[in-house]
Amino acid sequence: MPALKQLSDLLSAKFPDAFLEVTEFRGMLSIHIRGGLILDLLRMLKTDPRFAYNFLADVTAVDHLKKGGHTRYSVVYHLLNQHDAKRIVVHAWVDEENPALPSVYALWKTANWQEREVFDLFGIRFEGHPDLRRIMNPEDFGFHPLRKDYPLQGRGERDDFPVVGRTIGSKWPADRSFE
Amino acid sequence: MTLTAKELSTEKLELNFGPSHPATHGTLRVQLEADGEIVTRADAEIGFLHSGFEKLGEHLSYNQYITITDRMNYLSPLCNNVAFALAVEKLLGIEAPRRAQYLRVLMCELSRIADHLLAIGMLAVDVGAFTVFLYGFRIREKIYDLFEMVCGARLTTSYTRVGGLMRDVPDDFDAVCREVLAEIPAAMEQIDGLLTHNRIWLDRTRNIGVITPEQAISYGLTGPIARATGIDYDIRVKEPYSCYEDFTFDVIIGENGDVYDRYMVRFYEVWESIKICEQVLDKLPSGPVNVDADTKYTLPPRNEIFNSIEALIHHFEVTMENRGFTPPVGETYVPTESPNGELGYFIVSDGGREPYRVRTRPPSLINFSVFPEIMPGQTISDIVAVLGSLNIIAGELDR
Repeated sequence: MPALKQLSDLLSAKFPDAFLEVTEFRGMLSIHIRGGLILDLLRMLKTDPRFAYNFLADVTAVDHLKKGGHTRYSVVYHLLNQHDAKRIVVHAWVDEENPALPSVYALWKTANWQEREVFDLFGIRFEGHPDLRRIMNPEDFGFHPLRKDYPLQGRGERDDFPVVGRTIGSKWPADRSFE
Repeated sequence: MTLTAKELSTEKLELNFGPSHPATHGTLRVQLEADGEIVTRADAEIGFLHSGFEKLGEHLSYNQYITITDRMNYLSPLCNNVAFALAVEKLLGIEAPRRAQYLRVLMCELSRIADHLLAIGMLAVDVGAFTVFLYGFRIREKIYDLFEMVCGARLTTSYTRVGGLMRDVPDDFDAVCREVLAEIPAAMEQIDGLLTHNRIWLDRTRNIGVITPEQAISYGLTGPIARATGIDYDIRVKEPYSCYEDFTFDVIIGENGDVYDRYMVRFYEVWESIKICEQVLDKLPSGPVNVDADTKYTLPPRNEIFNSIEALIHHFEVTMENRGFTPPVGETYVPTESPNGELGYFIVSDGGREPYRVRTRPPSLINFSVFPEIMPGQTISDIVAVLGSLNIIAGELDR
């Protein structure tokens, strides 16, 4: 397994325009790359026998609005090599204006639901995804709640939904109180 | 005149399974398209229980978030507590004392026994064998009593703290725990006698919902579901955490990846968990269960708070809202083997008292994503068997 410096040299030679950096924190290596080439990078990490990360453990995202980073969002892929029990993290950085990057569904089918979750909660689009719909929130929700500019208590969705007025015009009013 | 099959007009039937169906054990909806009794398409719709736990985590301190982790997989909350505490400890660069790590292993394995018993019981209830569920739940009650003894709560345990545990186990815990452990084999044999060679059970579970190893890897499946397909990957062995390397146990591997193999893997994992629990009780070291209070991560001992001004100030500094520890800027992820599969918390810190982002790697969601792939070709009655064998926990599925 190439160490930090080696990995950094290898990737900067292979992806000169997109590669950003390799960082290490508490023994965990993170590759940072621009989102456009994420499919090529993950394909290399999966098929190249020097890496052989055969398992995509997790896909998630981070909104760096208040923390700062290369761009606003990073989509985070946790890869696992089940043979050597080695893990690596890949951050794919995407812009604020057009948050989109290629889907990795072609490599792992688990990306289907996990990318849908990232799309739902962060509004990052995955190009080439077979079925990019919201998964947790309703289709007409209109917001992406894990973005840092979305308030914790929401924007009034709890109060503003339309009420089905089954008792309108009847003897039993809808807004009855029991005081 | 009788009509031949060609002349009969047939059309595919749209069926809704859920959102509130007794076999979904929570709320999820499956939209089915059936040709007669054969399922041709199964679309899963989830999110009914989405509660924004990850958003909430960005506004709670690290120790406060432990109470939220209880609510994710509510069948084995202690595994969630441990997974979260390990991730925060890695972020801080500290390690809980050996006694705390052993106790965490013990609690995780007791949770695993309870979770597997319920998973087997629910699967049996769903296909029509109610008695098994009661045998399993009788033991589960005893394990709940153990949790109550240890942390005062049966379901929402919140037993771990960053840097250790809420408190040590009581003095008579060892004897009571051994008593409970001694009762489990008899219950397991009862379950075994009712199910394992039962003709109806075999017909309902064998070659149903088959998952191949290639599918398991492509869909990111972990835990008993992946091991039932023949994948030899157990995080407790391959990437040991919390002193799992000190204990010997076998990893149970299936071969067919069907509902029956998933049942058998869970069944034998209970026996392995009993082995681990006994080893923990035999080897349990003495000592503190929290890191040294001088590190300012944990509370000082209770009697010192009442009797010395330094400890009182320290207690204040740890618990007050604008005080408390601040981890360095960074991100960590610690994979753990929960009863359902790989559970881990990906924590991003910006150096504040609250996590900047806390992501749960939810085994239930990722295990369930294979469902639309394996259902076509099965009968409608197999849906409950497959759902039961995947052991979907809605709290963790939707978070």
